[in-house]
Amino acid sequence: MVMQPADNNGMSFRFYWRKSKSITMYMLSGLSALIAIIPLVLIFYYTLSLGLSAINWDFFTQLPKPVGESGGGLANAIVGTLILVGLGSCISLPVGIMAGIYLSEFGNNPFGMGVRFLTDVLNGVPSIVTGVVAYTMIVIPMGHFSAYAGGVALAILMIPTITRTTEEMLKTVPQSYREAALALGISRWKTSLRIVVRTAMGGIITGIMLAVARAAGETAPLLFTALNNRFWHTSLDQPIASLTVFIYNYGVSPFDDWIAQAWAGALVLMLMILVLSIAVRIATRSRYEER
Amino acid sequence: MMAEELISVVWQKPEVENQSTDGLLEKSAKIMAENIHAYFGAVHALKGISLKIHANSVTAIIGPSGCGKSTFLRSINRMHEIIPGSRITGKILLDNVDIYSMDAVFVRRRIGMVFQKPNPFPTMSIYDNVAAGLKMNGVRNRKTLDEIVEQSLQKAALWDEVKDSLSKSGVSLSGGQQQRLCIARALAVNPEVLLMDEPASALDPISTAKIEELIYELKKSYTIVIVTHNMQQAARVSDETAFFYIGELIEFDETKKIFTAPSKKQTEDYITGRFG
Amino acid sequence: MTSSHTIHRGDLAKTSASGRNVSDLVFKNLAMFFAALILVLIVVMVAEMWNSSALSREKFGLSFLTRSIWDPVREEYGALPFIYGTLVSSTLALIIALPLSLGIAIFLSEITPPWLERPVSFFVELLAGIPSIVYGIWGFFVLVPWIRSDIEPILSSSLGFIPLFRGAPYGIGMLAAGLILSIMVLPIISSISRDVLKAVPRAQKEAALALGSTRWEATKIALSYSRSGIIGALILGLGRALGETMAVTMVIGNRPTISASLFEPGYTMASVLANEFTEATSQMYLSALIEIALVLFVITIIVNSFARLLVWSVTKHGDAARRQ
Repeated sequence: MVMQPADNNGMSFRFYWRKSKSITMYMLSGLSALIAIIPLVLIFYYTLSLGLSAINWDFFTQLPKPVGESGGGLANAIVGTLILVGLGSCISLPVGIMAGIYLSEFGNNPFGMGVRFLTDVLNGVPSIVTGVVAYTMIVIPMGHFSAYAGGVALAILMIPTITRTTEEMLKTVPQSYREAALALGISRWKTSLRIVVRTAMGGIITGIMLAVARAAGETAPLLFTALNNRFWHTSLDQPIASLTVFIYNYGVSPFDDWIAQAWAGALVLMLMILVLSIAVRIATRSRYEER
Repeated sequence: MMAEELISVVWQKPEVENQSTDGLLEKSAKIMAENIHAYFGAVHALKGISLKIHANSVTAIIGPSGCGKSTFLRSINRMHEIIPGSRITGKILLDNVDIYSMDAVFVRRRIGMVFQKPNPFPTMSIYDNVAAGLKMNGVRNRKTLDEIVEQSLQKAALWDEVKDSLSKSGVSLSGGQQQRLCIARALAVNPEVLLMDEPASALDPISTAKIEELIYELKKSYTIVIVTHNMQQAARVSDETAFFYIGELIEFDETKKIFTAPSKKQTEDYITGRFG
Repeated sequence: MTSSHTIHRGDLAKTSASGRNVSDLVFKNLAMFFAALILVLIVVMVAEMWNSSALSREKFGLSFLTRSIWDPVREEYGALPFIYGTLVSSTLALIIALPLSLGIAIFLSEITPPWLERPVSFFVELLAGIPSIVYGIWGFFVLVPWIRSDIEPILSSSLGFIPLFRGAPYGIGMLAAGLILSIMVLPIISSISRDVLKAVPRAQKEAALALGSTRWEATKIALSYSRSGIIGALILGLGRALGETMAVTMVIGNRPTISASLFEPGYTMASVLANEFTEATSQMYLSALIEIALVLFVITIIVNSFARLLVWSVTKHGDAARRQ
């Protein structure tokens, strides 16, 4: 790369070549962002156009109809999903939040490092595997499928997300607030819960909502834990319907109105998740603007 | 219940107390440090500090950065303990009782602290910031809280500026106001000693002057220890001054004497600006 | 008056001072207990699957992993077709997703102004939030017919000389699974790559620009600087693809065969669990399925641990470099 004034033409050719290569590569990268958004648009388009036609009042209020009869709805499945996610939250929230507090406030040691690492690893465990574990742990001893088993499977999925977001959010709280509280003669645990956690509450709730949204959309861990139920559940130790399992069963069925209801279920699920995501987005944005 | 009643009684008549305590406690040592050594991991930060801090006076600690003055301040209310790997030997007596034989939380309630950067709790209102220490120690009576919040803000010379916006966020105030809010917050739990770690170094000159005035007022009812890198400030606000250098106490005397006729060469060099 | 003052100050502290050390200790240990529960959980998961797969492990031993027979009637089981299907579909997904993800990461970290970065990364994150089952029915009803009518005929007529692209266009099969998985892992790979690229010290890029490099050349330097982080992102994407269940189950065809062509149906470890677990009538059948779950668990744990270590080391390095 010795520059010679005489080689002016060659230089400028090389320069334009490099320049245009730069522009081309950047255009390609913009294009790939565009390509990535295409499936998103397509998925929204199809769920909206195919799902909307099957959405009506009955869909939210009626039980599924037997094969051959048209109409009916997935009311029990919608309620079932809420119950399963509720059960999962009841188990995972205390574990996740407390473990997150430990990692952030006391976890600066080998034990904390180990837990942190394994939590990340647990986060990557396939959801179907948590279903298998809930099956061997709960379904086999109980002798039958149950809402409890489904809730446990979802809880195993939710714990790592909640733990790590809680930790990350608590770590964003400046050390000076902890010092201020301790210097007022406030005990360590009150400092953690009422100063540090309270300061980071917005972020922690965001993390919880993301975990809930993810759990609500899970199918695999429920297939052989909560199973399914075409009727209202009678008790939590019985099989229970869920939106996602219904979408699966109806989606692969040969009946047109079942397939339409599967799309409608998908639409409801997507809307739930979209609303949650946008809420999270707004919550985090306002937090950034405050700073 | 007992505590709340007592607080309200005491807080209603602060002037009377001040008058009665002044004469009695004037010459007594509030805090005695005896042969304090501090370590952070392998670093030997304080090397045998012995110091007597008198009641109802302002003691300034000066010295170049890294001389251990902040470490010493933090060892007085055991705040150094929250830093992993820190260790201290020696004795610190508060009213002749070793603070390392007491509960750290108990010590910090008697020895309050104000930090270099104003750090009001961001999620709390001005009112809640001041009331935080009391609320979290179980004081629930609204009337008691109202009174103490007002008194503390008045003592911190902030009441007139914020009395109409007590429910606004603490971080909405200016830097100087935030620092006075932090002082009010520390005063609300009614400590005996107030430690100040370069309380004006992050503030503009006008706010600094206000804080200094405040310190002068506060020493009537509190024992104050202030760390500062600003020698004029030390000269203005303090009664006694300690000069620290590389973890050692070089000289400790009346402020007037330190700044006019220091007995050690190192002190003189530092004060005249030859190093540090 | 004097004594009331001092007594009062002591009293305030004392009344609520009693038992504080104990409550702090209880709190810390309670938090630690819940943190330890996560370790216990992982141990329990492994132990449960280990014990419940005993029948299958004792009968087939390690050959379970290399046998390609899956016959519930004769109680002969081997996991090879599922391992093969899982690896091929995931690899395919990564091959498709990598260039796109890198493009997005470069777009987000190097090119876009902030006002455009937010919505674009929001859309990409939204892609990550779509439930697997929705990808599944979309793949089944929209993507598969499209593959059958357009993609596979085009591929076989242009690249048909390669065995990978030979055979009848079913639509359903390995190619469909790879495509749907590539869409699903795209958000993970691109968002982590973006973070890794953003962690490259400004000085690195500015030095290149100051030497007369074009912006693309500076980006290439940033890319090589963050190579191991991007590899980590890729492996995390692999971890997600390996365990993905519903979408794959609905489009891969679910036939335990090993075939060279991507047009042929296949089966993955996750989808055999989803499909056959409730039908497993015999103890041996169930045990074999649970052993597959165990194998899947172990593989994803290894893959994820490796990826986490890579990403950790890079972001730490980046942080340190930025601070200097």
